[in-house]
Amino acid sequence: MTAPILYAGCGIILFSIGLHALLVRRHLLRKILAANIMGSGVFMLFIAAGARGEGTAADPVPQVMVLTGIVVSLCFTAVAIALAVRIHNLTDCTTLAVDEESSID
Amino acid sequence: MIDLVLAFDLILMTTLISLAWLLLASRDLFRAVVLFIAFGLLLALAWTRLGAVDVALAEAAIGAGITGTLLLVGLGKLGSAERCRRTPRPTTFLQRLTPAVLIGIIIPSVTIILLLELRQLQIVSSGQQGLVLSLLDISGTDHPVTAVLLNFRAWDTLLEKGVLLLALVSIWSLDQARPLFHQEAPSPVLKGLSQLYLPILVIVSGALLWQGGYAPGGAFQAGALLSAGILLAILGGRSLLPAWYGMPLRLLAGCGLLIFILIAAATLLAGNLPLQYPQELAGALILLIEIVATVSIAVILAAAVAGGHPAEISATEQQQPPSSEGTS
Repeated sequence: MTAPILYAGCGIILFSIGLHALLVRRHLLRKILAANIMGSGVFMLFIAAGARGEGTAADPVPQVMVLTGIVVSLCFTAVAIALAVRIHNLTDCTTLAVDEESSID
Repeated sequence: MIDLVLAFDLILMTTLISLAWLLLASRDLFRAVVLFIAFGLLLALAWTRLGAVDVALAEAAIGAGITGTLLLVGLGKLGSAERCRRTPRPTTFLQRLTPAVLIGIIIPSVTIILLLELRQLQIVSSGQQGLVLSLLDISGTDHPVTAVLLNFRAWDTLLEKGVLLLALVSIWSLDQARPLFHQEAPSPVLKGLSQLYLPILVIVSGALLWQGGYAPGGAFQAGALLSAGILLAILGGRSLLPAWYGMPLRLLAGCGLLIFILIAAATLLAGNLPLQYPQELAGALILLIEIVATVSIAVILAAAVAGGHPAEISATEQQQPPSSEGTS
């Protein structure tokens, strides 16, 4: 009974680590990795919430949603990498160019 | 005994959290991606500890395998260095302070609030496993997860096929696929290995697909394995015939969504709700959807790794094609 709660806590920490890196890191690929870690944290919270029952079998509905979520996050990763490569090909940047024009002047 | 299991859980969680931190803080992006693949495999272990074996299979195949491949291919194109056209101007003290304060205060406090809210999880305890198990007889499959995936919540799965296809369309609209591997001729070891592994991967993915009817497994896991086979075949120097670039490739990629929509339309015409299968046909329809979806997922994932739309037929002579011969 305690293990799922612990895993849910682990999921929250993973989400926060990912969110932190998403905001702090500048390389686009690192941001994509961070978003993936955030997703894993959400999935862990979800699966842990479905594993709290007394019986042996875990709740299948959250499992199905997480399965769908894994595929959607794969789609996100694929499109994000294609966009990053496109940005790199067009501008030769591997970060988002935000430093001068969009800062508050 | 229980203490040992709990200790294992704690070690696993500590490893996962420290891996996540290490990979996101690592200077070398190649190291980060390799750590991410290790993170995915350990995550699969955590899913089995939580009783979600289907998710563990999908995580190992899709989360760690295909995502890892995508990241490595992307890293090869982007490079590890942080480059920006304009060198950032030295910022003022306040500008540097604000994000740090935002991140330093908001993220920890949100984390702590969420962790405190975990007590709610301890109190509320209700699941839908009882409902699913009681309806399993009419679902046409013996595995609860497959029943929910392709019968009770089949709409989700249909839309997810749409998301996959949409992702491929977005990638294709961005750029043309470049050759992934610059070797003139693949090494004989790689060639032999791909010849050896390709049949095994096809058989194992077929077994996973069939197993989805009564045990953990199913279309995603099988599709991911099959696309691994396709990628291995590309590495081994095989390629798709240029005649396949146009309609056949697009049909293969779209057939997963197409079969779903056709079945939804058929059930609608038969007087039921869309995707409400007649009970005696449910098993056969689910199997049909899964087989077609496996092929379609494999093609979409392999094409996504290629990272662009296939070259025009007239210009393909010198180019290495984006996807291998249909292995299925």
